[in-house]
Parts: sequence; structure tokens; C-alpha cells
Amino acid sequence: MNDTVPAGLYEQLANQLSQVTGFIYPNEIETHWSILIVLYPYLTGIVAGAFILASLVKVFNVVEVQPIYRLALLTALSFMLIAGLPLQLHLGHPERAYEIFMTPQPTSAMAMFGFVYLWYLLGILLIEVWLEYRQQLVLMAREARSGFMRSVYRALSLFSTDVSPAAVAWDHKASRIVTIIGIPSAFLLHGYVGFIFGSVKANPWWGSVLMPIVFLMSAIVSGIAMVMLLYMVLSLLRNEKLDMRCLDKVGLFLLVAIIVDFALEALDYIHRIYQSEESIKILGELVSVKLFTSLVIMQVALGMLLPMLILALVRSRRFNDDMRKLMYFTSVLLIEVGIFSMRWNVVIGGQMFSKSFRGLMAYKMELTGIESLMTAIVLLSLPFIILTVLHHLLPTRWMEEHATPAH
Amino acid sequence: MNKRDFLKDAILFFPAAGVLQALSCQAQGKEMSAAATTGYDQSQHWYGMGIDVDKCIGCNRCVEACKVENNVPDEPYFFRTWIERYTIRADGETTVECISTKTAEERLAEQSEPVDPSVLRTFFVPKLCNQCANPPCVQVCPVGATFQTKDGVVLVDEKRCIGCRYCIQACPYGARYLNPYTRTAEKCTFCYHRVTRDMLPACVEVCPTEARIFGDLKAKEDRLVRFQRANPISVLKPDLNTEPKVRYAKLDGEVR
Repeated sequence: MNDTVPAGLYEQLANQLSQVTGFIYPNEIETHWSILIVLYPYLTGIVAGAFILASLVKVFNVVEVQPIYRLALLTALSFMLIAGLPLQLHLGHPERAYEIFMTPQPTSAMAMFGFVYLWYLLGILLIEVWLEYRQQLVLMAREARSGFMRSVYRALSLFSTDVSPAAVAWDHKASRIVTIIGIPSAFLLHGYVGFIFGSVKANPWWGSVLMPIVFLMSAIVSGIAMVMLLYMVLSLLRNEKLDMRCLDKVGLFLLVAIIVDFALEALDYIHRIYQSEESIKILGELVSVKLFTSLVIMQVALGMLLPMLILALVRSRRFNDDMRKLMYFTSVLLIEVGIFSMRWNVVIGGQMFSKSFRGLMAYKMELTGIESLMTAIVLLSLPFIILTVLHHLLPTRWMEEHATPAH
Repeated sequence: MNKRDFLKDAILFFPAAGVLQALSCQAQGKEMSAAATTGYDQSQHWYGMGIDVDKCIGCNRCVEACKVENNVPDEPYFFRTWIERYTIRADGETTVECISTKTAEERLAEQSEPVDPSVLRTFFVPKLCNQCANPPCVQVCPVGATFQTKDGVVLVDEKRCIGCRYCIQACPYGARYLNPYTRTAEKCTFCYHRVTRDMLPACVEVCPTEARIFGDLKAKEDRLVRFQRANPISVLKPDLNTEPKVRYAKLDGEVR
């Protein structure tokens, strides 16, 4: 046994204890899933959403979205590489995490998520990105100036050299098949995250059959919004003209997704209120006392209704390009804040009321340390750093800019 | 097969066999070794506990004994068992407190408080892991560190637990905590180290009023079986279908 407890733990618990109202079970003072576990569904959601946006091009042939296809793929990959990290850091024994794979527990949603995550990363995303970029990588290796970069590109292309039309056509075909398998896998990925919470019958705030599907729809919303945001920022940085046809189309998909998401979440709340089960009183208190700002204002009003209104307005009136850009930009920013709040309200909200249904707890976020705001900010910025590197290594527009015929 | 091939295969085969053997031992080790060394047969028992609510006087000795016996951290945030006090007033209002989080001095001071005439009745309810026959904590554990023994006790293997805390979230009774020293999940074990050696759990042993009855639900003449026959019995949160093996006699409907 270790002789030391994590620094500041008892101070934090004493502080949280002083804010308890009503009765709670004594072991409930500690907030077991902290800000890091809020990040995890947020990051994973963006992966699933970005991939589903990409699949619109590959499987459903929505040509308008083509300009952001590669960006969507790279976004999914960047966020995927980090999505597991908050979980890993949160563990009491991170060095034992491999046990999840060594001793598979089919009854555990969390264990199975490990396999779904691995499958999605190794079986879908990496293959999809590789197929998409293989031809470009071969050509980049040929044109690379330094020997080092040539080796890097050759290694990334897994030393393939064939860029004949037949080989490229095969890439496209294979990529389409991978995407077709990828869509249900993306659904599975984030549906599973929802199931991790939705299947906890002990917690009435989580235990809902709608949870996986609500998570999935909100994932699609957050992923589409994130790719749209990145596309707008990237175009600004590159000083490129935005493809308004693409933006309008993605905006339409975003509007549809957010309407479905809103309908599902509203259904969940209406169902709870109407059924009025044993837990309804404490959950009502939870929302009105603890989550009013983060749920009613941030998640629903600012993060959902307002962007929904703006996106609907874009379509109902004739605005010029600049106005539409501004409206889209505002909407996607609001949506990202809203979805993050939604993850917060689920994860932290679910731990702010006692399972005795007689009291409310507090969560005081640490500023420094492992499970802290600082770590969360670092983790949240990592996907963007990875995306910058990936974007540098695998330029999305290279083929158009180097429109030389294959050698 | 020539010598070179044989050696090559052997280099691969022997370590692989060793690893497999070690893994299979690890998987079954706990239960096999217990049976082999003590002659104790898990399949012959199915443990449970009866709580006679009327008998509990809220002395907190069970909680203190448990903390000492099981090395539970002293701080008032970690409990394998605890005592709740319910106060029901004439107007129907119910207040609940956990007396185990208070210090001995605080509890003593409360005894000298004047009697509140609006109080209709008060009673104590000892709480602990319900050792569910259908345990949600075992279901969710991603590495199988939490498991149910053949004699019906839910245990945590602290060498395997990764500290993800999913089991703590899944327990409807708040019976689990994360030990801040070991960084693994912990809970009541029914003092498994004692009961498999024919001793009573520490909390049962020290209870001055015999409010806790430990027993074997498989033994027909057991005290617990007789206790169940003689009293109206309920369990906590029966709607969750966890099938608790901690059975309460004459439990008030206010208790969750």
C-alpha cells in the first residue's frame, strides 16, 4: 500500500462536503468522474460526427461536401488519437489499462468500448486515411526535395509505389467499402459511449434507453460543427475563398442534425417529467439548483435553440456571402459550447445528486493537477496540434495544386 | 525435423506454454488456493446478512470495528458500513443523517440535546454492501477485478483493479469508494478473510444488540434463515432487481 494520498484530495473532499445539501450516502462526497471524463465523450463525439460528414461524400455522393472531405477525415483522426487519453489519465492504475484487452469482459460496456475504439482507429480510420492519401504520398515521395522527407512519405505510403490508374481506382473502391463499414462503426463508437452512461440503472439521470441515440445525434452535430469551424478558420489562415456551396450544404446538414438532436433530447425530458418517477423531485432540484446555467442557458438556449434559429434563418432569407459566413461561424461556435455543456451536464450532473434521492452534492474543479482544468485545456488543444501536424504532412489540397499527370 | 528447427520451435513453445499456464493460474488462482489450503468448500455456502432495524442503537461500534479490521481510511469519506439515522416528525417530514461521519464527541453532544416534541419517532439503519446476487458492479467492471465468489460474496481484486470507478457509479447503494492509498475500488467483503475461517464479520462480532445477523442462506438451520422466517423482510431498492442478500427486518418505507 502507498503511504500517500493524492495531494489536496482531503481538502477538496472537505470543501465539497461543506456544500452538500440534504442527505447523501457518505461515500458519495467524492466526484468520481471529473472534467476528464467530460472531455472523453466530447472528443469521441467529434470523431464520429466528422467521420459521418466525410461519409456523405464517399457513400452518399454529396459532391458539394467534397472540398472538406479530407479535412473531415483528418479531424476525425486527430481527435481519435486523443480521445482515449483522458480515460487513461483518469485511471487509478493507468499502468494496468492493458488488462481491458487481456481479460475481455463482455458484460462491461467500458471494456467493449476499448475494442470498439481500437477497431475504429485501426480498422477504419487509419485505413481510410491511408487509402485516401496513398497516391498523393507516392507522388510526394517522388517530388520530395530532402532525403528525409522522401523516406517519411515512403514510410507513410507503406512503401507502395503503384499509382497506375488501375491502382488508384482500386484505392477509391476500397475506400468506399471501408467507409460503408465505417458508418455503422462510427455509430457504434459513439452509441457505445452513450451506452456506458445509459446502461447504469443505479443512476436515473443516466439510465435512459435514449442515451446512446442522444449521444450519437449530438456527436453528429458537434462533429459537423467542428469541421465547419476548422474549414472556416483554415480558409482564413490560408487566405482562400470559402466554397459557399459547400458551406451551405454542410449548414443544411447541421440544421437537420440539430433539429433531430433537439427533438430527441426534448423527448427524453418530456418522458421523464411525464412519467414522474421516484427520482423526478431530486432531478428537478438538480436542474434548477445545480445545472441551471450549464443546462438551461448554455446547453439548451445558447447551444441549441439560438444556433438552430440562426441556421434556419440562413435558409429562409437571402443573405449575402459575408453575412452567411458570420452566421455560420457564430452558430458552430455556439454549438461547440452547447455540446460541451451537454457532456458536462450528463457526466458531472449525474454525480451531483445522491442515489438516496435526498440530497445534492457539489463538484469543485481543480485548477492544477491531473484531473484539473489545466489538463483539460491541454488535452483539448492536443487534437488541434495534431491536426496542424497532420495537415502539414498530408496537405488536403496537394493533388489539386500539383495537378501533374501520374508518371 | 532437424536439430536447428527443433530448437527454434522449442524457443517459441516453452515460453508460450509457460505464459499460458501462468495466465490460467492467475485466472483461477484465488479460488483454487483457498480450497486447497483450508479445505473450505465455497459451493456449500451462500452468505447473507440480516439487519434487525429495531435493535440498532446507533452506537457506531460496527463502523469503527470495520475500519480497524479492514484498514479503511479514517477520514469520514470512506465507509464499508455506516449508520443512518431517520427522524420522522408529526407533520410527516423525514430527515436523514449519517451518524458515522460525525465524531464521537459530536454524537455524545447530540444525546444531551433537549427532546424535540415534534419528533414522532427515530430509528437507525445500518448500511453496507448488499452483496447482490445480481450485482451491477460486477457486470460493469472492465477487467473482471470485481467478481462474485461461489459463496455469494462480491469481492475486488486489488491487484487487478485499474481504478476506473465504473463500479462505484454502478452501485445503487453508494457502498463503494476509491481507496486513496491503493487507488483501487473497495467495499464490504463480509470480512471474507474471517467468515471462510468460521469467524463472524467484525461488525457482527462487536454489535452489542445483535442487530446484525450473519449467516448462510444454504444452511437450513442457520440463524439468518430463522431470522428471515420470523420477520417481515425487505431489501433496499428491490425495483432495481439487484437481489440483495442483506435483508432488513421491519424496514420503514422511507429508507432507500
